[in-house]
Amino acid sequence: MSNALVQLTVTRIREIFRQPEAIFWTFLFPVLMSVVLGVAFRSERPDPSAAVVVEAPGADRLETVLRGDPAVRVERMSPEAAGARLRAGRAAIVLVPGDPVTFRFDPTRPESELARTRVNAALQRAAGRIDALAVREEQVDERGSRYIDFLVPGLLGMNLMGGGLWGIGWTIVEMRIRKLLKLQLTTPMRRRDFLLSHVLVRLVFLPLEVVPLLLLSYLLFDVRVAGSLGAVALVSCLGAVSFAGIGTLIASRAKTTGTISGLINLCSLPMFVLSGVFFSTGRFPEALQPAIRALPLTALIDALRSVMGEGATIAATGPQLILLVLWGVGSFAVALRVFRWS
Amino acid sequence: MTSSVSVSVQGLIMRYGKLTAVDGLDLDVREGECFGLLGPNGAGKTTTIEVIVGLLPPSSGEVRVLGRRWGESDEALRSRIGVALQETRFADRLTVREVVALFRSFYPKGRDPMDVVREVGLEEKCAAWTVKLSGGQRQRLALACALVGDPELLVLDEPTTGLDPQARLRMGETIRSYRGRGRTVLLTTHYMEEAQRQCDRVAVIDHGKVIALGSPAELVRSLGGDLVVEFALSEGDLSDPELLGVAGVRGVRRSNGAYLVTAAESNVTVPALLDRIRERGAVPSQMTIRHATLEDVYVSLTGRHLRDE
Repeated sequence: MSNALVQLTVTRIREIFRQPEAIFWTFLFPVLMSVVLGVAFRSERPDPSAAVVVEAPGADRLETVLRGDPAVRVERMSPEAAGARLRAGRAAIVLVPGDPVTFRFDPTRPESELARTRVNAALQRAAGRIDALAVREEQVDERGSRYIDFLVPGLLGMNLMGGGLWGIGWTIVEMRIRKLLKLQLTTPMRRRDFLLSHVLVRLVFLPLEVVPLLLLSYLLFDVRVAGSLGAVALVSCLGAVSFAGIGTLIASRAKTTGTISGLINLCSLPMFVLSGVFFSTGRFPEALQPAIRALPLTALIDALRSVMGEGATIAATGPQLILLVLWGVGSFAVALRVFRWS
Repeated sequence: MTSSVSVSVQGLIMRYGKLTAVDGLDLDVREGECFGLLGPNGAGKTTTIEVIVGLLPPSSGEVRVLGRRWGESDEALRSRIGVALQETRFADRLTVREVVALFRSFYPKGRDPMDVVREVGLEEKCAAWTVKLSGGQRQRLALACALVGDPELLVLDEPTTGLDPQARLRMGETIRSYRGRGRTVLLTTHYMEEAQRQCDRVAVIDHGKVIALGSPAELVRSLGGDLVVEFALSEGDLSDPELLGVAGVRGVRRSNGAYLVTAAESNVTVPALLDRIRERGAVPSQMTIRHATLEDVYVSLTGRHLRDE
């Protein structure tokens, strides 16, 4: 490594450490955010279904039956108030007493559909229905197969993406706006070294992004890494390189912070949705799958999930790792060609 | 002179849309000299400098620096020149020493960063963040960054603008000690005294063109005499032809109600001038005699003062 590259990298690191607020927003905030998301989506039992019984003759009987089911939270109110609750999404189902009892709900809302099934079962059983088939229920919360085990690699990938795009994109554009680069451009500083130093800085700070998240997930949710920690480190490094390259590319022409934040959102929002941070990419149509699999965030999250969840080896995640390197190196090479220096 | 040329600019034109900032500028900076671009703000000095140091591509014209064109092997060329731009900004939270060390790392060879920091008089500030520096200290830091690569050519854009007299003196000393090693300096300024004191040759620039070129002494001599008699009349009036008829008078200008008369010899001209004033029944209210400066050259060439605009 050239002396200039070392100096540029060390200088950037110094600058970051001298801005405590930047440390918070760049490194700690994403981790905190992930923990909050983890708490919100941790696989506890689903909330009891919120059912509202409309004030009318026969309401007493319906309410008594439903109070007997712990999976249902029941309230009573006027038809107008009940309607308002349903529209605002604060009630999953509204029951109007009578013969027949009317269920009012929105079948496109999963919790409404769930509430209908539960309420219906409770009322039918109370009215004397006998289940024709005996079943035994076995509830799964084995480590490694819970939703939180699925979620943590997704959040880690999301943080690595955000760190690369915001950390590099924003910083470079700010330097351009403040004309901090101008004097350096009159020196024999190699353009490549300048851009490369930003990538190296990302790698230096990588442990700050990965370790706290994995540690907190372990301590709070008992999320463990099935594969080797070395493999997690390698996948994270290549993920960081990939998004660092993309970060330099989107920063290569932008002249205002408005442009760069728009470009970052343009890159990250589609991946945020498509790459399976919160749910499996299998939900999207088959025709979209090749495109989704080509996205760097998909490759990163898939590789992290197989290493953390299934204990996959580095070799087994080869295709994803190659894809990450291609994205990183390719974007960096383009950035170097099109970069607006002055 | 037969010495070789460090910077050569021929027919330089710079256009920004409809605005022509530099309009056919020619100049040669000889090796080992201190060359000054003198002119008011907006004359095209900074644009010229940015073209010379390879930050801006010219709209047309030819620029050669240390015998090379930009675009041939820029890194090698940049390692031979040191540049301090006008009002340079540095990253806020880096210290003076760190900034100079960073710039040193860009050059294949150069000087010890702390030596340079001492030379520009910033040793007391070497551990201070750049955001805490005054404007003058920041200018000196820029100079240190330009010097740390031990360049053959130093290019300084308005190195003394905004400096207090002491800092200006110090800047002058640093530039002189750099030149003591036989190196070349190209600088811009709108301070006449500085150009006169510091530069071997000066190009006076106005509206993107060189309107006068030569050593400060030559330029002053071009006025016809190196003395200026400045006087005002409380009563009466004198016409220009009347004044030009006075013995030894080489030129007449008027500025803010005062007469400025250029002359070669004061012992001849001043008595003759007083006689002429008395003959016309005019009453002088004040009279000063001083050496002509580049300011007088500029005013006689353009009819404007340098700092008017």
